[in-house]
Amino acid sequence: MISYLEFEKPVAALEARIAELRAASEGDDVDISAEIKRLEAKSAELLASTYASLTPWQKTQVARHPMRPHFKDYVEEIFDDFVPLGGDRYFGEDEAIIGGLATLDGRKVMLIGHEKGHDTQSRIRHNFGMGKPEGYRKAVRLMEMAGRFGLPVVTLVDTSGAFPGIEAEERGQAEAIARSTEACLALPTPMVAAIVGEGGSGGAVALASAERVLMLEHAVYSVISPEGCASILWRTGEKAPLAAEAMKMTAHDLLELGVIDRIVEEPAGGAHRDRRETALALGAAIAQELDALNKKSSAALRKMREDRFLKIG
Amino acid sequence: MSWLSRVRNALPFGNKRESPDNLWVKCPGCGEMLFTQEYEANLSVCPRCGHHGRIGADPRLAQILDEGFKLLPAPKVKEDPLKFRDSKRYTDRLKAARANSAHPDAFTAASGHIEGRKAVVGVQDFGFMGGSMGMAVGAAFCAGAEKALAEKCAYIVVTAAGGARMQEGILSLMQMPKATVMTRRLKEAGLPYIVVLADPTTGGVTASYAMLGDIHIAEPGALIAFAGQRVIQETIREKLPEGFQRAEYLHQHGMVDMVVERKDLRQTLATLLDYLSPAKAA
Ligand SMILES: [Zn+2]
Repeated sequence: MISYLEFEKPVAALEARIAELRAASEGDDVDISAEIKRLEAKSAELLASTYASLTPWQKTQVARHPMRPHFKDYVEEIFDDFVPLGGDRYFGEDEAIIGGLATLDGRKVMLIGHEKGHDTQSRIRHNFGMGKPEGYRKAVRLMEMAGRFGLPVVTLVDTSGAFPGIEAEERGQAEAIARSTEACLALPTPMVAAIVGEGGSGGAVALASAERVLMLEHAVYSVISPEGCASILWRTGEKAPLAAEAMKMTAHDLLELGVIDRIVEEPAGGAHRDRRETALALGAAIAQELDALNKKSSAALRKMREDRFLKIG
Repeated sequence: MSWLSRVRNALPFGNKRESPDNLWVKCPGCGEMLFTQEYEANLSVCPRCGHHGRIGADPRLAQILDEGFKLLPAPKVKEDPLKFRDSKRYTDRLKAARANSAHPDAFTAASGHIEGRKAVVGVQDFGFMGGSMGMAVGAAFCAGAEKALAEKCAYIVVTAAGGARMQEGILSLMQMPKATVMTRRLKEAGLPYIVVLADPTTGGVTASYAMLGDIHIAEPGALIAFAGQRVIQETIREKLPEGFQRAEYLHQHGMVDMVVERKDLRQTLATLLDYLSPAKAA
């Protein structure tokens, strides 16, 4: 069952009509397959045109879509022999940030990313993808390990932001994020980051300070959520669509600004319509980037990473 | 009678309404009306309650550095890269901020000496658009670090920011890794990098260069946070503990090395520089 977004209502109506006709035609002698075909074509066209011109605010909805593929879906679809590694060795295990050894089409990597969860229970377990200090410290531990064993690092970024809570602050959320960013920059091995859903502020950049940053077509990446920006600058969260527009948070805008390096196209109607196709496209893009980086020395990789951020802005 | 009441009573127009705006300043800590001249002579610290007031880049640099320090030129950055506009144009906000500031943006660096020890000092000014970190702040931070690398001396940064400059969107976020490139270079060069966390230091500034120092010094009572208190309360719906996210609280939780009163800051830095002499670095 697909859950429709507000702006998808015309598509939803068409698809409901198609389903009705299908149900009615079963066991019926009247052949309405031509009508179904016509409606299907119309629906596909409408979906494609809707998604070809999404506003930044609409893209934010798509990026947050409950059915959007998350970390675990990518692990299942494109990575083999995943060995999750747990704990920061100081405090605990944070399941908002998952990491471990994985194989991408024959390439051994350290895979790290946010997991938001897909139902109430798993969302709570993964804290809605909002990492705590121990999550970022685990990421640091895994990145350092990757460096020692010559493994490239692949990150999948999907968070509304790092968790804002009393204990997270007490345990040094800011320090943990800063150290994680530092660990990215210090890596002697290749690093490819992919913004697959929401790239929310410091909690995202802590896993995205890579030499190559990819972004799914309808993902968003910003310094603050549109709602947060609107409530501060417009004094009302209702201006979120305006804030989303003004902040330039879409893949297209970020490519132009040089903040990301490559856009990975999503299937018609967004990643949630075909998780497998999305994962395969992302996997192929990451593999290609890794292969290009593989030939470079540690010094060249670090320089590439440093220059990338020094020249932005 | 306190010295203050005496001074006030001695004035012909003791009533604050009738005094010129700049003659009196109200302590944000205890609410006491303070004689501006005395307050500033006391490094903008309230003599009554010890509240450490927010200060601009120039007085801060003068408080830390020996006389004769040199300001580094403010780096040129692309202005208003997103053509951002909320209720006002970003360019108009910048103009207004500049009209009230001696500097073109919220971060000013200078090279000089601290009690005779060579150092580069960078200061973030909360008075300039809430000290917010945008491209100009990032570039000025990096320029300060470059200068310290060139001079082979310590880099001391006084932080104060409401967070990222939202009007520069993602480009403000990118200042976090950018500044971190430079803190790493200082580390690799064996140069001390000392952070002085002033009120308030929050958001992306805290989550990058403010928390990567060899030594973290906090000013008494300074708000030091990643997430804002309102956001935390809306998320967890719990009462926040007493003194939450204040300098002393961070000291208790191991995030800062020490809480130092402003009057002792210069001497503390000098002592630290003696120990962390770059010459000793490998
Ligand atoms: Zn006071």
